[in-house]
Amino acid sequence: MSDHATLGVFLLLTLVFPLGAMLAAWLFRPKPRPSEEKLLPYECGVDTKGPTWIRFRVNYFLYALVFLAFDIETIFLFPWAVKFQQLGLFAFVEMIIFIAILLIGLWYAWKEGALKWY
Amino acid sequence: MEHLFTDTAYMLTSWMVGLGIKPVWADLILLVVQWAIIIAIVTVNVIILIWLERKVSGFIQERLGPNRLGPFGAFQTIADAMKLLTKEDIIPSRADRWIFMSAPLLFIVVAVMLYAVLPLGKDMAVVDLNVGLFYFISLGSLSTICLLMAGWGSNNKWSLLGAMRSVAQMISYEIPLAFSLLGVVMIAGSLNLGEIVNAQNRYWFILLQPVAFLVYFIAATAELNRGPFDMPEAEQELTAGVYTEYTGMRWALFFLAEYTNLVAVSALAATLFFGGGQGHWLPSWIWIIIKTYLIMLVFMWMKWTFPRIRMDHLMAFSWKVLIPVSLANILVTGLGIEFFRGMGW
Repeated sequence: MSDHATLGVFLLLTLVFPLGAMLAAWLFRPKPRPSEEKLLPYECGVDTKGPTWIRFRVNYFLYALVFLAFDIETIFLFPWAVKFQQLGLFAFVEMIIFIAILLIGLWYAWKEGALKWY
Repeated sequence: MEHLFTDTAYMLTSWMVGLGIKPVWADLILLVVQWAIIIAIVTVNVIILIWLERKVSGFIQERLGPNRLGPFGAFQTIADAMKLLTKEDIIPSRADRWIFMSAPLLFIVVAVMLYAVLPLGKDMAVVDLNVGLFYFISLGSLSTICLLMAGWGSNNKWSLLGAMRSVAQMISYEIPLAFSLLGVVMIAGSLNLGEIVNAQNRYWFILLQPVAFLVYFIAATAELNRGPFDMPEAEQELTAGVYTEYTGMRWALFFLAEYTNLVAVSALAATLFFGGGQGHWLPSWIWIIIKTYLIMLVFMWMKWTFPRIRMDHLMAFSWKVLIPVSLANILVTGLGIEFFRGMGW
């Protein structure tokens, strides 16, 4: 079998594990009819007020944007790192320029306050 | 002793082929056996680790920890597991039912899938993947989504706040985590975990990449949501963060997955920085257990020694300290390799 086929079979097998655990728990656990209060959101005994699924402030998503830029950078950096010793000085200089551009981006985000947590 | 498991696997396959089973089916049966062993490792490790964590925390806080059930309280975790098995499964009426129910199941699946590529000894990975390290990182980041599912699906304010915090924290620390491993990859010239271990024949990479190890260790602690980075489930302010609404087996699965992740991350640290299964006198699969457990003890030591870090400090530390440091580490590593090559070593 190829590596990826093995991984796929492994994934299918692994899915069995939590389902088996849930089945075991289903066999042992008591199944009373829960009262209405029991199914309310837990907030230390106080009734919850207003909706929970609200909008978050935009700063939160700025993190996600900066993260996305850097995460894509890692995708570029890993193949480069594997072949680093064969590629020679040229690739090294090129990657320094690439990282420098991203660092300027990070500096800009920092300056504009995107990295501030409220 | 060294080849105990690899030889057994080989004998099992050839025996099955001898019986007239097609090689594909023999491989498949062997895979099921390996999977069962990994599940056993995961479960037993968690039972030991929870007990160990409570004992270590007791030792650090000058108290006894569990000491009633069995020798030194060793059966405490088993009793807890039995209790959790017999608890009700409460699904809040306002929850997003399917997301709420599937989050813990996916979390444990992701955690166990990490073990598919880990070399648990010399030539003892289930899948000897050529991009093993990359697979490990990319799969590890999926646990973020599981926590977000749990927090959003619960429809509970504690849970949602915890999930939002943990997502922000985990995506922030994922970048230094990935960057810190680049130095290792540059020296080893491979993403295959077995080959990275072999590249450490002369020196362990902790000697060549001490900064990378520090960054990896800190970022991994944050990725695991472990103290001192456990803001997402800060029990004094968020009750239990994303786990607030979970009961019984689903809650136990979350706990199982957390400790499974801890073992996986520590085993990866042992593989990348401490020579994996390399060592004298003992077989490689014993060495990796010893190294993994030593690293996990340091994780526990850290958790019970440092106070929790404030959320804004935590985020700033990743973006303004760890990322620049890990990028500088890549630069220095590159310069070092070029320099040594120029010297003709």
